[in-house]
Amino acid sequence: MIDISDVSLTLGGSVILDQISLTLPKGGVTALVGPNGAGKSSLLSLIARLRPLQTGRITVDGHPIDTTPTRQLAKVMAILRQDPGVASRLRVAELVGFGRFPHSGGRLTAEDRRIVAETLERFDLTGLASRFIDTLSGGQRQRALVAMTFCQGTGTVLLDEPLNNLDMFHARELMRMLRKIADEHGKTVLVVLHDINHAAAHADRIVAMKDGRIAAAGDTASIIRPDLLEMVFGFPMQVETIAGRLTVLHHA
Amino acid sequence: MAEAAVLSGAASPARRLTLTAAVALLACAAYMTIGLRGDLALGLELRGLRLGAMICVGVAVAVSTVVFQTLTANRIVTPSIMGLDALYIFCQTALVFALTGLGFAGIDPRLQFFGNFFVMTGLALALFLPLLGRRLDLGLLLLTGVVLGLLFRSLSVLLARLFDPNDFAVLQGAVFASFSRTRPDLLLIAWLITAAGTVVAWRMRHVLDVVALGEEAAVGLGVSWRSVVAGLLALVAALVAAATALVGPMAFLGLLVASITDRVAGTGRHAVLLPAAALVAVVVLVGGQTVLQHGLGGEGTLAIVVEFIGGIIFLVMLFAGVRR
Amino acid sequence: MTMATAVRLKFGPSAAALGALLALAAVSLFVGVSELSPGALFSDPQALGLMMASRVPRTLAALLAGGALAIAGLVMQALARNRFVEPSTAGTTQSAALGVLLVTVLWPEAPLGWKAAVAVVTALAGTSVFLALAHRLPPTQPFLVPLFGIVYGGVVGAVATFAAWQLDLLQYLETWTTGEFSGVLRGRYELLWIAGALVALAWWTADRLTILSLGRDVGIGLGLNYAAVLRLGLVIVSAIAALTVVVVGIIPFVGLVAPNLISRFAGENLRHTLPWVAGTGAALVLSCDIIGRLIRFPYEIPVGIVLGVVGAALFLGLLFAGRGDG
Repeated sequence: MIDISDVSLTLGGSVILDQISLTLPKGGVTALVGPNGAGKSSLLSLIARLRPLQTGRITVDGHPIDTTPTRQLAKVMAILRQDPGVASRLRVAELVGFGRFPHSGGRLTAEDRRIVAETLERFDLTGLASRFIDTLSGGQRQRALVAMTFCQGTGTVLLDEPLNNLDMFHARELMRMLRKIADEHGKTVLVVLHDINHAAAHADRIVAMKDGRIAAAGDTASIIRPDLLEMVFGFPMQVETIAGRLTVLHHA
Repeated sequence: MAEAAVLSGAASPARRLTLTAAVALLACAAYMTIGLRGDLALGLELRGLRLGAMICVGVAVAVSTVVFQTLTANRIVTPSIMGLDALYIFCQTALVFALTGLGFAGIDPRLQFFGNFFVMTGLALALFLPLLGRRLDLGLLLLTGVVLGLLFRSLSVLLARLFDPNDFAVLQGAVFASFSRTRPDLLLIAWLITAAGTVVAWRMRHVLDVVALGEEAAVGLGVSWRSVVAGLLALVAALVAAATALVGPMAFLGLLVASITDRVAGTGRHAVLLPAAALVAVVVLVGGQTVLQHGLGGEGTLAIVVEFIGGIIFLVMLFAGVRR
Repeated sequence: MTMATAVRLKFGPSAAALGALLALAAVSLFVGVSELSPGALFSDPQALGLMMASRVPRTLAALLAGGALAIAGLVMQALARNRFVEPSTAGTTQSAALGVLLVTVLWPEAPLGWKAAVAVVTALAGTSVFLALAHRLPPTQPFLVPLFGIVYGGVVGAVATFAAWQLDLLQYLETWTTGEFSGVLRGRYELLWIAGALVALAWWTADRLTILSLGRDVGIGLGLNYAAVLRLGLVIVSAIAALTVVVVGIIPFVGLVAPNLISRFAGENLRHTLPWVAGTGAALVLSCDIIGRLIRFPYEIPVGIVLGVVGAALFLGLLFAGRGDG
């Protein structure tokens, strides 16, 4: 469970986040959407303690993120930023293994090794385990990074625009993977998405942000409505049910 | 840099040049007269010789830097940063090494200079034509040049040590000039080369204007790119050789001069750029030497001070270029 | 299991490499101006004395300095997140030399340990400035960082040269700027054992340093105390660089060449590659020292000059060899 109350962020005199209060229940996939500059990534960075909290209070599963030791938090939540620009020549298995760092401090136990092997299998990376990550394609790399994040074994997983640089196939694969993580392992997934249709297809809940505030939050079906979407994104779009799925027609 | 501020208005190029020339003349006059005492004739002669060397070096460095920057379409690359003066010193050491080994130690230094000059130009063409032709990323090009410079410098020191492990310092003194120990025997030759090179660059000023537009535009306007680039590179090598032979390597003098010239000239036209750079170089060298000699530091430190200020300018340009 | 088999460098190559390093050390023990044969060690007490007072310390110093400098380069690369930097191309060694100069002026009779301490402090300051500025360069242009570092080192060096010129200490400055082992005797190199201890410390914290090289966001996400590890790395780099400058002088490029060679074959998981990098650096410096002793026998060419040539050539090779497989 993520509990955010009265969080504001000011950078260089301009208000990025304005008194955000939000509670996300345990479990399920929550999509964070909104136009550029709405403050989605800033909010995610604050939750993940990548940025110091200025005002307000955030707790993840009851741990206040500003006072809990960082190593402790790393066992509670994992974060994947958009394009972390990992340039090291590490093998895929080594990179995924570093996901166990919060638990083992780097010296992998037999239990850690088992979890790493399982994770590689789950993310279809076993065949690539001994490849250097700088020799992988963009999609494989992203998969390896998500696997490392998953391998951290935390109840909460935060992802910042993980679909960037992925083609349609890999984007869909990744979203299904997140769905599976939430369904089979009961994890709480919070993901920043640009494509509203990915949110509509895979998320249980949607939080829409605009101008540093929460514009709307609720079940996917209650947010994917033409009037709400127009209010958030600033232009009219059509919502249809195609083959039983809510689909937003915003391209034309 | 005071003149840069004065000239930052919209003065015409001619007025800017005249003003810079006046400042340069003032610097020369100050250098010749301040603190002169004792035997006037001897003092004037000594100072005159060194003034001549400084002006020659200034003009050679200024013209070679302007031409090289035009060639590489960039304001941060200079011949010395790309390791050309280190290459000259390496060739010179290697030549002394080889000649002495073959028993020609006493050969006329002027003849040596010419031999060295041809070897260096050949090597410069062989190294830099492919490098410039590969359209490297600017950072890699600069880094390659800097590391090449380090390589040549280490090679020169290594050769000098091999050549005479006991007295390598003496050899270094004889082979490597510096501002405190210019080479009067090479002054005439250096002047001739600098004058000839400057005349060639001046006559090519309109071609240079076209080259500055880049390869595609220049070829479109009828420039035979490869031969012009090779010719200009040889010209740069000649000027660098002349300057380095007189006073030794000055890694950042070219950059210092070029960045001041950018502000002073206020145009990209080589008809203005070339003389402006030459005048700025004279102001920097002669003015700097006058100040150091009678104020801070003492006369031997000009090269170090230029290195320091030029290095800082390079770093500022690096970061400014990134931000743009 | 896949992990273990995929990652571990096999025992065979490590044994062979260690053997080669020991053989090199043995060669070093018997190469020098005074002739010394293995047999004489048992019959001639003077030969044994020479061995213990000069050859053994010299060989140990070269191994320690080489290994430590290679690790300093490795850590520097993790700190700057750029594979083309090392202490001598980041202003660290130049700042250390400036520090030694400062002590020599202010407190001429200071013992070596105090000189080293001051050099560590100035090296820390110089490297902090480098890192703070280097992190502002765009990661998309990796060549700008070493370029900035080399010129920054040159500027710091110009300050040192200017000061030395003013104080008539240029001769002294030369001894710190050109790395040389010929003056290494028993009692004059032992500070380098501290550099050796720092290598062990780096190995102890290898996982943290590897995570550091993955960047701030990944590091914090994994629960790394990012700022603390950054400081630790800074101390390791500065202390190793300063200690080698004080004891033997600047030995360039080791920290650049050794890690890059190893990363090509074995990657950059420091827990596994760190001993290899240290061994490569030790072998590189020791062989260059042996070359320096032999190339103009009976005179000696300082190792700093030999490595200036060998290292710069290898650096150029690395710059362009990396472009094919990008």
